[in-house]
Amino acid sequence: MQLGRVVGCVWATVKNANLEGYRLLLVQPLAADLRDTGKRLVCTDWTGAGAGEMIYWVRGREASIAFLPGQPASDATIVGIVDSVHRAANKPAKPARQPAERH
Amino acid sequence: MLIARVIGELVATYKHPSHEGCKILLVQPLNLDGSNRGDAVVALDAVDAGVGDQVLVTTEGFSAMTAVGRTQSPIDMAVIGFIDHVELVPGVS
Repeated sequence: MQLGRVVGCVWATVKNANLEGYRLLLVQPLAADLRDTGKRLVCTDWTGAGAGEMIYWVRGREASIAFLPGQPASDATIVGIVDSVHRAANKPAKPARQPAERH
Repeated sequence: MLIARVIGELVATYKHPSHEGCKILLVQPLNLDGSNRGDAVVALDAVDAGVGDQVLVTTEGFSAMTAVGRTQSPIDMAVIGFIDHVELVPGVS
């Protein structure tokens, strides 16, 4: 699992039938210091997270297990909304929260 | 499996129900010389590890799920052991 921040939404009107009804969000992976790292990716969303929220996401086969008994063809899923990260050396880091814009 | 150090804890109020009651740890994978190996990852805790501990992290779903004791749940990484000592055999590595 990895930290990330929701940076956008993806619409796909034509897609595999077992992806119907699932939200697709664009996620920017984050490093431990909450800076952007790596490339953005599309995740299915279990949580209902909004733009700007810090989340954690799971990759691989386990991504579709979150939706059981549904089995979307997904290899990355947001499974939790992160309120805060407590690190050893630093004060608790707050996520860079933008005005919640729920889609 | 990876050698890693626990560097933090996440607080997540809204998460998948199968993650309830488990500590969610931020762990930094390490090289053998102790330097950072890539970016930190998020792992569920199966051994009651805390910040600063050097731990063993599994990065595969089935072993992570069984270690945490929750099969059929979206978990792909778990802390499954404490590392006391790593010994490299001289002349082999």
